[in-house]
Amino acid sequence: MEDLEKIAKEIRKDILLMLNMAGSGHVGGSLSCVEILVSLYFKVMSYDAKKPSDENRDRFVLSKGHAAPALYAVLSKAGVFPRDMLWTLRKLGSPLQGHPDSKYLPGVEASTGSLAHGLPQACGMALAGKLDKNPFRVYCLMGDGEMDEGLVWEAFMSASHYKLDNLCVVIDNNTLQIDGRCRDVMNIYPLEEKFKAFGLYTKSVDGHKFSELISAFEEAKNNKRSPTVIIAHTIKGRGVSFMEDKVEYHGVAPTDEELKKALEEIDEGD
Amino acid sequence: MKATRDAYGDALLELGRKYKDVVALDADLAGSTKSVKFKEAFPERFFDMGIAEANMVDTSAGLALCGKRPYASSFAVFVTGRAFESVRQSIAYQKLPVVLCGSHGGINLGEDGGSHQAVLDISLMRTLPNMKLVVPADYNETYTAVLSTIKDDGPVYIRTSRAKSPVFTEGDFVFGRGRALRTGRDVTLVACGFLVWYALEAAKLLEKEGIDASVIDMATVKPIDEEMLYDFAKSTKKMVTIEEHTIFGGLGSAVAEFLSEHYPIKLKRIGIPDVFGESGTGDDLLCKFGFNAAGISNTVREWLKKN
Ligand SMILES: Cc1ncc(C[n+]2csc(CCOP(=O)(O)OP(=O)(O)O)c2C)c(N)n1
Ligand SMILES: [Mg+2]
Repeated sequence: MEDLEKIAKEIRKDILLMLNMAGSGHVGGSLSCVEILVSLYFKVMSYDAKKPSDENRDRFVLSKGHAAPALYAVLSKAGVFPRDMLWTLRKLGSPLQGHPDSKYLPGVEASTGSLAHGLPQACGMALAGKLDKNPFRVYCLMGDGEMDEGLVWEAFMSASHYKLDNLCVVIDNNTLQIDGRCRDVMNIYPLEEKFKAFGLYTKSVDGHKFSELISAFEEAKNNKRSPTVIIAHTIKGRGVSFMEDKVEYHGVAPTDEELKKALEEIDEGD
Repeated sequence: MKATRDAYGDALLELGRKYKDVVALDADLAGSTKSVKFKEAFPERFFDMGIAEANMVDTSAGLALCGKRPYASSFAVFVTGRAFESVRQSIAYQKLPVVLCGSHGGINLGEDGGSHQAVLDISLMRTLPNMKLVVPADYNETYTAVLSTIKDDGPVYIRTSRAKSPVFTEGDFVFGRGRALRTGRDVTLVACGFLVWYALEAAKLLEKEGIDASVIDMATVKPIDEEMLYDFAKSTKKMVTIEEHTIFGGLGSAVAEFLSEHYPIKLKRIGIPDVFGESGTGDDLLCKFGFNAAGISNTVREWLKKN
């Protein structure tokens, strides 16, 4: 766990650095999902970074595509591509597009960005795995605001209908979207009851605690009856005090001054 | 320099003050589309539908069926693409007076990349019967265009931009009328959106090389000003269209369709070739696709040499 904590700190710093260099991007929702991604790529998933196209690999789909910086930082840390590439984020010609693009970057399993299109693609992957009798698992990370889209619920319905027990969805429940708090913009709650009514096995965890995340992922692996949805309670902007739980930090990059303060704060925590 | 999306917000606010039936809807992007100005002034007449563009558009139809005048906004890529079936079935098919505003049109939004860049929204909206389509050139034109929609009895799609651009048009926007901003003998440049400004700049560069270009601001892409196209086709015999959009189905196609049937002359379409957008700064992308003044004037000069 100590290792994972250390990796999470490095990922947070890389996210802040790359966004600062890009001059734009989504910081809040990238910082809120760091522990989720680190658990998956460094503990839970069967994934060889040297073989990102191995047909037996577990798949991860970032349905909330705007958190691309978090995914890129984790993929490079895992060894899919060199860290130097991070600094090309959002620049003309970079494989690190503003939102994940499977055409240009190995390790990106599906192109996303327009919200809600990740989950149904993950369902398709899970169906393909079943057809091929390949035991790989499919993970999908979604935002809580993303739950507003009707397509999400069509996909959950089909995931349950086809008993996709090889699918595990995580909701980054940071309670914020762009125009404000999710409950004020469009109340999606209660989530747990909705998922249960859709026939999904549901688990709530502290999305910043590795132990809770990992045990929920292990539980999901053992659940052979239905897809699993993990509601990860998180804080948007987590790790940088002045960004935490602030709607203003959804779609901005840290300025030089903010970057300095943020990096210091993360290092102090050591 | 002002962004056309700000004009949408300002005009919507003005309409809200004047007409009690005006209601506004957004899909979790009120701050970006600028409908937030209406939201703050008239919270009871503003509905944030969350990230649910299709639901927003169909709900607008219901509001219109009960006598309201809905203005629904989101990014251009989502309000036209994500919600296309709702626009087709509920808005256009019923010919309801719903105004759809797609902000962040084209590629100038930049870094968010191809997933967010609307490069085919004009084409999608143009194929819909009953739909009027406006791509205004600057703040003033957008402002008066939005105000004028209150007189419409059917749907209108207005595309705005994220980037700030020069404010240069004078006088009110009139539906269906192009504006001749410059009259020359050799070639006519027909543009929409803020590229009209670049077309004017390109015309100045061409003038130095002895090429005398007309420039038309064709803000209403549908119904297009056929009379003006006919007159300029006749007087210059060569035409170039310029749009921040794929060359398939947009302004260039509309002009091509008209000319080939009514006054066949040589036409060059400047636009995005058969590709999606990508990440980069707005300026990098405008440059890459040849939309700045130098890019446009180069393309026009080289094309004229061969034609
Ligand atoms: C279909 C669609 N509509 C709108 C947007 C613009 N948008 C980007 S992020 C976002 C808010 C997402 O909120 P949430 O899912 O809660 O993400 P997080 O809080 O984790 O950043 C919106 C509306 C989009 N990307 N896709
Ligand atoms: Mg959220």
